[in-house]
Amino acid sequence: MSFGVPFFPQEASSEAGHVDALFYTLLIFSAVLGLTLTGLVVGYAVKYRVGSKADRTGQRSRTMWLEMSWTVASLIIAFIFFGWGAVLFVRRDHPPADALEITGLGKQWMWEFRQPGGQREINELHVPVGKPVVVSLASQDVIHSFYVPAFRIKQDAVPGRTTRIWFIATEPGRYHLFCAQYCGTQHSEMSGWVTVMAPEQYASWLNGQGEGETLAASGEKLFRALGCSGCHGASSKVRAPSLDGIFGRPVALDNQQTVIADERYLRDSILNPKKEIAAGYEPVMPSFDGLIDEGELQMLLAYLKSLSPRPTAGAKP
Amino acid sequence: MSNAAMQGTYLGEGSGLRAWLLTTDHKRVAWLYLISLTVFFFLGGAMAVLMRIELATPAGDLVSDDVYNRLFSLHGIIMVWFFLVPSIPGTMGNFLLPLMIGARDLAFPRLNLASWYVFIFGSLFALFAVVAGGVDTGWTFYTPLSTLYANGFVSTAAFGVFIVGFSTIMTGINFIVTVHTLRAPGLTWFRLPIFVWTLYATSLVMVLATPVLAASLILIVLERVFGIGIFNPDLGGDPLLFQHLFWFYSHPAVYIMILPGMGVVSEVLPCFSRRPLFGYKAVAMSSMAIAVFGFLVWGHHMFVSGQSAYAGVVFSFLSFCVAIPSAIKVFNWSLTLRKGEISFETPMLYALFFLGLFTFGGLAGLFLAALAVDVHVHDTYFVIAHFHYIMVGGMVTAYMAGLHFWWPKLTGRMYSETAGRIAATVTFVGFNLTFFPQYMLGFNGMPRRYHTYPPEFQFWNVLSSAGAVVLAIGYLMPLFYLGWSLFRGARAPDNPWNATGLEWQTSSPPPPYNFETMPVVTRPAYAYDMKGLEHESFSPHREEAAR
Repeated sequence: MSFGVPFFPQEASSEAGHVDALFYTLLIFSAVLGLTLTGLVVGYAVKYRVGSKADRTGQRSRTMWLEMSWTVASLIIAFIFFGWGAVLFVRRDHPPADALEITGLGKQWMWEFRQPGGQREINELHVPVGKPVVVSLASQDVIHSFYVPAFRIKQDAVPGRTTRIWFIATEPGRYHLFCAQYCGTQHSEMSGWVTVMAPEQYASWLNGQGEGETLAASGEKLFRALGCSGCHGASSKVRAPSLDGIFGRPVALDNQQTVIADERYLRDSILNPKKEIAAGYEPVMPSFDGLIDEGELQMLLAYLKSLSPRPTAGAKP
Repeated sequence: MSNAAMQGTYLGEGSGLRAWLLTTDHKRVAWLYLISLTVFFFLGGAMAVLMRIELATPAGDLVSDDVYNRLFSLHGIIMVWFFLVPSIPGTMGNFLLPLMIGARDLAFPRLNLASWYVFIFGSLFALFAVVAGGVDTGWTFYTPLSTLYANGFVSTAAFGVFIVGFSTIMTGINFIVTVHTLRAPGLTWFRLPIFVWTLYATSLVMVLATPVLAASLILIVLERVFGIGIFNPDLGGDPLLFQHLFWFYSHPAVYIMILPGMGVVSEVLPCFSRRPLFGYKAVAMSSMAIAVFGFLVWGHHMFVSGQSAYAGVVFSFLSFCVAIPSAIKVFNWSLTLRKGEISFETPMLYALFFLGLFTFGGLAGLFLAALAVDVHVHDTYFVIAHFHYIMVGGMVTAYMAGLHFWWPKLTGRMYSETAGRIAATVTFVGFNLTFFPQYMLGFNGMPRRYHTYPPEFQFWNVLSSAGAVVLAIGYLMPLFYLGWSLFRGARAPDNPWNATGLEWQTSSPPPPYNFETMPVVTRPAYAYDMKGLEHESFSPHREEAAR
C-alpha cells in the first residue's frame, strides 16, 4: 500500500508467499518477453520504415532453425510454469490432519460459519494465527465462492455437495472475505471479514461467545428428533446399518461395489437413500430431501463424523 | 451511393430495400451483417460505459444492483453472441472469402442469406429480453442461479442465443464447403491467404462446438418444464455438469472469436511491411492446432469449482499447450517486419496495436493457466482484463484493422487517413487506460461482477472508468469518418495498398460476380518480395476503375 493505492496484496497465509513467488516469476518473465517483443517490433518499425537507409539485402534468417528453437523454448518454459503451479495446487487437497474444523454455509446473500465449539457467526470468521483451519463449505441455494485475497485461496460452495478449503493464517489482522462467484442481486454485498487473532485472544473470544452447542451436538439432537435413531440406534427393532465409526469406512453395496463413506456418500444416503444401498439391508429408509435444509444437513454430517474416533484426513469432498 | 460510378459494381445492382433484403450476393449479405453488428456493438458498448461510470465510486449510486447485474449480463450476451462470434466471419468473411479464393460467391448463397435472417430472428429475442426487463444471470447462465433463482427473462435470452447458434453453424458449413470446392485454379491449400485458413479453422469449431451449446440450453428447458433432474441437485442433478457443457462450447467459442482476427492481422502486416509473412506454414498450422487444442481446455474455467484436483492438473497442462501456437504466431508476425519497407497507414497502426495488446493479453493467460495463481485471480478483474485484452484489444482491434484495410474494396471510397490514424491511437490509449488497471484490481483481489466495492479499490477503478470514456470516443470516431467517406470519400483505386491477394485484382467495388474472367493463381500468398508484382498480376479491368 502506498498512498492508499493497492499495488501488491497483503500476504497473510502460509500459502500466500508460495503463490506470490510463482506470480512474480511469471510477472518478470512476461515483462521481459513482452517488452523484448515490443522493443523488437518498435525497433523494426523505426529501422525499416519506408525511405530509411537500412540494409535490406541478404538472406532472411534460417527460418526452420529459428522456428524450431522458439517452439521448443516456449514448450519448456510452459511446462516449468505448469509444474510449479500444479505442485502448489495439489496441496489444496491435503489439509493437515490436526486442522481446526469450521463449517461455512453460503446463502443469498451471506456467509454463516460455525466454530468447532458451535459458536455461530454471520459474515465474520475468527481464526487463530498459526493453526491450520479447514472450512467445509456448502450452499443453501446457488453457487457461491469463498475468497480471501490475503490468503490467496478461493473455493466454490456448490449446492448438493461439500467442498473444502484450508489455510494457515500467518498475520493477525482483519482481511476481506468475498463471494467470488456471481450469485444474484446482492452478490457484491455478500462479503465480510476474516479476523486472525493470537491463539490466546482467539480462546478468550470463543469464551465470550457463550456456550454455543457444538455442531455435532446439534446434529445428535436432530438425529433423534428426525427419528433416525429409531432405526439406526443400537436397540432398534428395524434392521438398519449401525453408524458407529461410519465416516471414512468402506461400505459394501448390494451391487457388489464398495464405496468409502465420505461426505458425499453420507449426504446422498440421507437425501437419496435408494441410490446406494448397503449390502444385506432392505431399501426401507425414506428420503429426507426437502425435510431438512443445508444447515441441518451439515449438523447431521458433523454428528456422523463425530461417531468415528478420528476424522480421516484428506478425505475427498 | 447510387451514382454513375457504381454502375457495373455490386453496389449498383438495385438500390431498393427489396434488392438488399432478398440479395444472395455474399457482398451484400456482408453489409447486412455489418449494419446489424454495428448496432449491437454500440448497444453493448453503451452498457459497458454505464457500468464503468457506476464503478467510478465504491458505492452503488448511479444504478441499483438489479440494474447493474442486468447491464453486465446483457453486455456479455450481446458482445459475445451478437457481435464477437459473427463479427469478422459475418462481415469481412462473407465479403472476402469468395474474392480471396477467386470464386463468384459462397458455395450456398441462399443459405448465407438465411443465416443472416436466423441471426436477426434470434437477436430479436435478445432485444426483447432487454426491453422487457433484462436478464441477471451473467452471460454464463450458471445453474442453479439461472434455472431456479434468476428473476429476469432468462429463457427468452437463452432461446435467442440458441437460435443464433444455428446462424453460426450455417455460416461455418458454408465456409468449409466453399474453401474445399471453389478455389481458383492454381490456388492450392498452401497458397491460401492466412485469413482463409483462419476462417476455415474457425468454421470447423463453429460446426463442432455450437451444437453442444444448443444441447445444454435444451437440457435447461427439459429440467424447467418437465422436472427432469439434470443440473438441479434437489432432483438428483449436478450444477457442475452445466459448467462442463457450457465451457465445452464457450471455450472453443473464444477461438471462434479470435482466429479470424489473427487472419486479418496476417494480411495487413505483410502488406504494409512489403514482406512475405514470416513462417507461413507455421502460422497456417498453428491456426489448426488452436482449433483442435481449443476443445480440450474447457476445465480451466473450473479449477476452484469443486472439480477434482487432478482434472484441474490435466486441464492446466493442456491450457499451457494451447498457448504455444499463439506464441508461435506472435513471433512470426514480429519477424515479418524485419527488412521490410514499413509504412503506417491506419490498418497497419491497428494491426501493430493488435500485436501489442494480444501479446500482453496472452501472457496474462499464462498466469491463469498456472493452477495456484488461478486460484487467487479466478473470478476477479484479472480475468476481465485478460479476456478484454484478447477480445477487445485483440479481436476488436483486428476487426478495425480489417475494416479499414478492406473499406476501399467494400465501398469504392477512401476515408480520411488522418482521422483513421487519430482514431486508432485514441483507441489504443483508451484501451490500455481502461483495462490495464483491471489487472491491478484483480491481483489485489477485487472480484468481478461487483456493483459496489471496498473503497481502497477506487483509484484503479477511476482510471479504468476514465479510460472507458476515451475508448468510447476512439470507437465512435470511425462511425463518423467512415460514414462520411461512404458519400464524400475520394474514389478508391482497385488496389490502393498495392497488396497481393485476389480480392485486390478486381475492381473497387467488385462487380456482382466478382471477376470478369476466372483468375489463375501462380504464386504463393504474400509474394511481396517478388519483382514486377504490379504488372504481372491479374487485373480484369483496372483501366475502367473510376478515378
